[in-house]
Amino acid sequence: MEPNQESGAEVRSGVATYVVEAIVATCIVILGAVVIQGSWTLGSGWTSDGPGSGYFPFYIGIILCISGVGTLYQALFGKEKNTEVFVDGEQLKRVLAVLIPAIVYVLAVQFIGLYVASAIYIALFMIILGKFSPIKSVITSFLVIALFFFMFEVWFKVPLFKGQFEPLSFLGY
Amino acid sequence: MEELNSLFHGFSVILTPMNIVLMFVGIILGVLIGVLPGLGGANGVAILLPLTFTMSPTSAIIMLSCIYWGALFGGAITSILFNIPGEPWSVATTFDGYPMAQQGKAGAALTAAFTSSFIGAFVAVVMITFLAPLVAKFALKFGPPEFFAVYLLTFCSFVGMGKGSPFKILASMTIGFALASVGMDTVTGQLRLTFGIPDLMRGFDFLIAVIGLFGIGEILLSMEEGLAFSGKSAKIDPKVVLETWKKLPKYWMTSLRSSLIGIWMGITPGGATPASFMSYGLAKKMSKNGSKFGSGEIEGVIAPETAAHAAGTSALLPMLALGIPGSPTAAVLLGGLLIWGLQPGPLLFVEQKDFVWGLIASMYLGNLVGLIVVLTTVPLFASILRIPFSIIAPVIVVICAIGAYTVHNAMLDIWFMMLFGVVGYLFKKLDYPLAPLVLALVLGDKAEDSFRQAMLVSQGEMSIMWSNPLVGGITTLALILLFWPLISRVLAKIRPPKQNEFAAEQPVD
Repeated sequence: MEPNQESGAEVRSGVATYVVEAIVATCIVILGAVVIQGSWTLGSGWTSDGPGSGYFPFYIGIILCISGVGTLYQALFGKEKNTEVFVDGEQLKRVLAVLIPAIVYVLAVQFIGLYVASAIYIALFMIILGKFSPIKSVITSFLVIALFFFMFEVWFKVPLFKGQFEPLSFLGY
Repeated sequence: MEELNSLFHGFSVILTPMNIVLMFVGIILGVLIGVLPGLGGANGVAILLPLTFTMSPTSAIIMLSCIYWGALFGGAITSILFNIPGEPWSVATTFDGYPMAQQGKAGAALTAAFTSSFIGAFVAVVMITFLAPLVAKFALKFGPPEFFAVYLLTFCSFVGMGKGSPFKILASMTIGFALASVGMDTVTGQLRLTFGIPDLMRGFDFLIAVIGLFGIGEILLSMEEGLAFSGKSAKIDPKVVLETWKKLPKYWMTSLRSSLIGIWMGITPGGATPASFMSYGLAKKMSKNGSKFGSGEIEGVIAPETAAHAAGTSALLPMLALGIPGSPTAAVLLGGLLIWGLQPGPLLFVEQKDFVWGLIASMYLGNLVGLIVVLTTVPLFASILRIPFSIIAPVIVVICAIGAYTVHNAMLDIWFMMLFGVVGYLFKKLDYPLAPLVLALVLGDKAEDSFRQAMLVSQGEMSIMWSNPLVGGITTLALILLFWPLISRVLAKIRPPKQNEFAAEQPVD
């Protein structure tokens, strides 16, 4: 990665922190409501043989809702409303540059297994984001994955996910 | 001295060549984890936990706890040489450590940091040796209400002593509890909150949460900052080490005070980060050279490092004696104990003597080995940080994915890990503390069990929480801590408090 260029005089634009804060708080309230609803149907009261399955989660759900509402209130109407930019465009780009390939990588693991997907992922990450030469990248990723392979499959005998298509089945592990 | 006998028995248990090798491996892996961004004590141990499933519990815990010591040591390297705290608890070390490195005294700063880490840990281990059996003996008398009261105290003290919005601490904690209740109900066997998805029957494993929240979340944060490491180089030669050691006894008061702060903050779930800040602040106030703090004062390195290490070590006391971990990493170690079929808590000291005293003995040896390893290998670890982030980042993502998969051999867990990663990133940015979430996720089932058992005994009457002085006292203390944010506001009206000058720099842990 190149060093972070100081944007200095440029105005950072993006969503204000309190908006993100409010969204997260709302999600917490919704989560709390889901927990309350779920434990209600399970029986949150007193059954013939003691407290029901939903007894404890029910109260957890209530506290979750209270804390969510509290945070929401603080974010929107609190004295120190945080109007700073949550992430600016440049930062968001950097974060997504890691997050999206990582999600694609997990999807790839599902099909071609941990080893193959990881090797491709590391190599591509180095080539595209790190601007390394393809040969260097492929060698590095191969070495790293070979190390993992020996560590997990051979030394510690912990089998890893080979994927639905098992491209490495010829190795016999 | 029954404890000393047990301790020597412990040494005899662990002193096998294999265990010594594991100790070195653990320390080196731990320092590596402490140095790398995105891998810390908690998720490092979580990822490496599956590797130890084939070992005997004693060997496994020796290796895992050594990883933990290593991570505690490693945090100091990046703070001093690169001004980047590798771990939240080493933020305070950067204040004086980095200026020292800039003045060309990196070797002295590192030696001071490592040595005081060792001293802090040593004092804490001595405390554990003598206090843990007593606490365990005392806790043998506990019934469900007492245990629930202790759980309550643990979680309420997060609210009372935590930094930041109490609502956020509560939210983070209850999310942990809610996730913990997903899956099979441990009492009735009913499926809970699975919404008909069979894979959710297993529930959310806290290891997945730890790996995602701390690992992926940290990588996303580091990316956002566009990390560029430009560090000072360091070489530690024996002469510098000896010279620094000669200077250290002068600061025995600082070391002692910091150790005590660390021990106190570690036993109560305050954690290493607040301990290091508190100790730095106090040292600045009490020292003759207080005004020079921040410009490369060796005392400013000693204070936070001693406290952080003492806190990190003492966090294991409640984990061993009560089954209640004082920090996320201790929680992961507790998870490991459960996986090996050991029930942490007071009975551990009666039923698994070999294991407990082996672990305590390994704390003594592990820290000594750690000190030797870090003093000799600093240049090596410093050079790791010069590896471009675009190689380190994908490798860490891969390691996290492998770690998440090996917990249950379940592909779905890798997806959960990514989800937790995004949540971790958002929560970190919004100052939600992550430690309560992890601890609630680990202790959720047990806290719920003791709560329901207590309620069964009393037929739903809350008054059982005040049925005898012990349980009543703990519960009352817990409630005071829970409402401390309100109480302190009232107190502030009556008497305005002193401003904490480091409040802004201290991360929400």
